[in-house]
Amino acid sequence: MNELSFLGDTMRQLLSGVPLTVELTIISVSVGGALAIVLSVLRASFAPFASFVRFYVFALRGTPLLLQMFLIYYGLGQFDTVQHSVLWPFLRQPYWCAILALSLNTAAYGSEIIRGGLQSVPPGSIESARACGMSGLLLYRRVILPLALRQALPAYGSEVIAMVKSTSLASIVTLMEISGIAYAIISETYRALEVFLCAGLIYLVINFVLTRAIASLEVWLNPHLRSATS
Amino acid sequence: MTPAIVIRDLHKSFGSLEVLKGVSLDAAEGEVISIIGASGSGKSTLLRCIPLLELPDSGEIIIGGETLRMRSRHGRSEPADTTQVNRIRGTLGFVFQSFNLWPHMTVLQNLIEAPIHVQKRPRAECIAEAEALLKKVGMAEKRNAYPSHLSGGQQQRAAIARALAMRPRALLFDEPTSSLDPELVGEVLQVIAGLVAEGRTMLIVTHEMSFAAEVSSRAIFLHAGRIEEEGHPKQVFGDPVTERCRAFVARHLNR
Ligand SMILES: Nc1ncnc2c1ncn2[C@@H]1O[C@H](COP(=O)(O)OP(=O)(O)OP(=O)(O)O)[C@@H](O)[C@H]1O
Ligand SMILES: [Mg+2]
Repeated sequence: MNELSFLGDTMRQLLSGVPLTVELTIISVSVGGALAIVLSVLRASFAPFASFVRFYVFALRGTPLLLQMFLIYYGLGQFDTVQHSVLWPFLRQPYWCAILALSLNTAAYGSEIIRGGLQSVPPGSIESARACGMSGLLLYRRVILPLALRQALPAYGSEVIAMVKSTSLASIVTLMEISGIAYAIISETYRALEVFLCAGLIYLVINFVLTRAIASLEVWLNPHLRSATS
Repeated sequence: MTPAIVIRDLHKSFGSLEVLKGVSLDAAEGEVISIIGASGSGKSTLLRCIPLLELPDSGEIIIGGETLRMRSRHGRSEPADTTQVNRIRGTLGFVFQSFNLWPHMTVLQNLIEAPIHVQKRPRAECIAEAEALLKKVGMAEKRNAYPSHLSGGQQQRAAIARALAMRPRALLFDEPTSSLDPELVGEVLQVIAGLVAEGRTMLIVTHEMSFAAEVSSRAIFLHAGRIEEEGHPKQVFGDPVTERCRAFVARHLNR
């Protein structure tokens, strides 16, 4: 009975961290996803930016997210210009530092995934769009990106799921999302096994729902890949 | 009357390979010109240069009296005004050998895409017109199908309708039936013949000699980047002047 009530209590506390975990994921996946699209388009179509994007991806994929979060949280404040900038009210808060680190990090992975999608767009589709008078952003918006993003979606789904798990690193800059709460409970009770199992279960459920949602999105976006129904 | 398409002294090289060596061509309003020639003679390149899908190194392209303005940058020629290029492209319906419909859009969406987003015409008007065009090419009941669910012949007919939806001044066909199964060629040629009967201006690159002889008002034989022979299809297909054209036609009619 005592055991059960401990587990129930732990669950209740951990669940209170779910909104923050979900919020961190949604915001950083959205911001990072938008940035990923911009980066991959820049890399594909604007030669002067290509090496910048390559370096960005190299740097952010090549270093641990943990380190990036530390650098942003503890490092940025050391620069006077940052301290006096309009962004300081944001950058002094762990919440925005975590969002920034997560977004920049997922943008690097995401831009590589979308780059693969861009390469898979049939040249004939681009050619016929150009023959119809499309160019520049219109061509990207109406033909290239819709095809590239559909192609990239399965791989991007994995990235989103990885991001849910990456939000757990926000606990090291003091955010009380699921993992942060788990550490706090353990430091009081020393019952690591039960607490981590409960936290793991919550992450599993979140990612299960997410996997299903992404699969439905794939089906919904790709009616042309299903066999004809008529 | 101003000719629909004028090409003057067009030159185009890919690296050291000179593909077009000074091609000049006038297409009067309502004229149907078929272009024949061996593989690699530059037929596609010539056709693709007209809407600047391929950038010529030199020469002039005049569509409906309007010269496509080019400029030279870093030793390469490029369009001086991309807005002009996009507008002119809209007036030239291009039909590709491999159809090139947009796979994520239904047939109807393929047809209304450019009229709405490039030509900024009202959506309702574009849909009504697209439906009429689909009816004309015999694709009305496939309006909501995706290209991947269609046969090659159906895709090509949809692609022709898509080109027509831009209300083009002229149509450019690059081997429209070459990637079709033999039994599907007829339905596409029939649609093209219907457009000829409407009096549309067309340039058709094709290996369908008898069809070309039947529908075109002029035939052009291209060899190694030059117009080797040009004239009435009866003459070019039936009694060619040049030895090369004679050999080419003989080879193709006997297939
Ligand atoms: N983008 C390109 N880059 C390099 N070479 C090219 C390119 N496009 C065409 N060529 C070359 O230019 C020559 C003419 O090609 P083109 O496609 O115009 O010939 P074609 O007459 O249409 O032949 P086919 O009947 O096979 O379609 C060929 O030797 C081809 O290899
Ligand atoms: Mg060709």
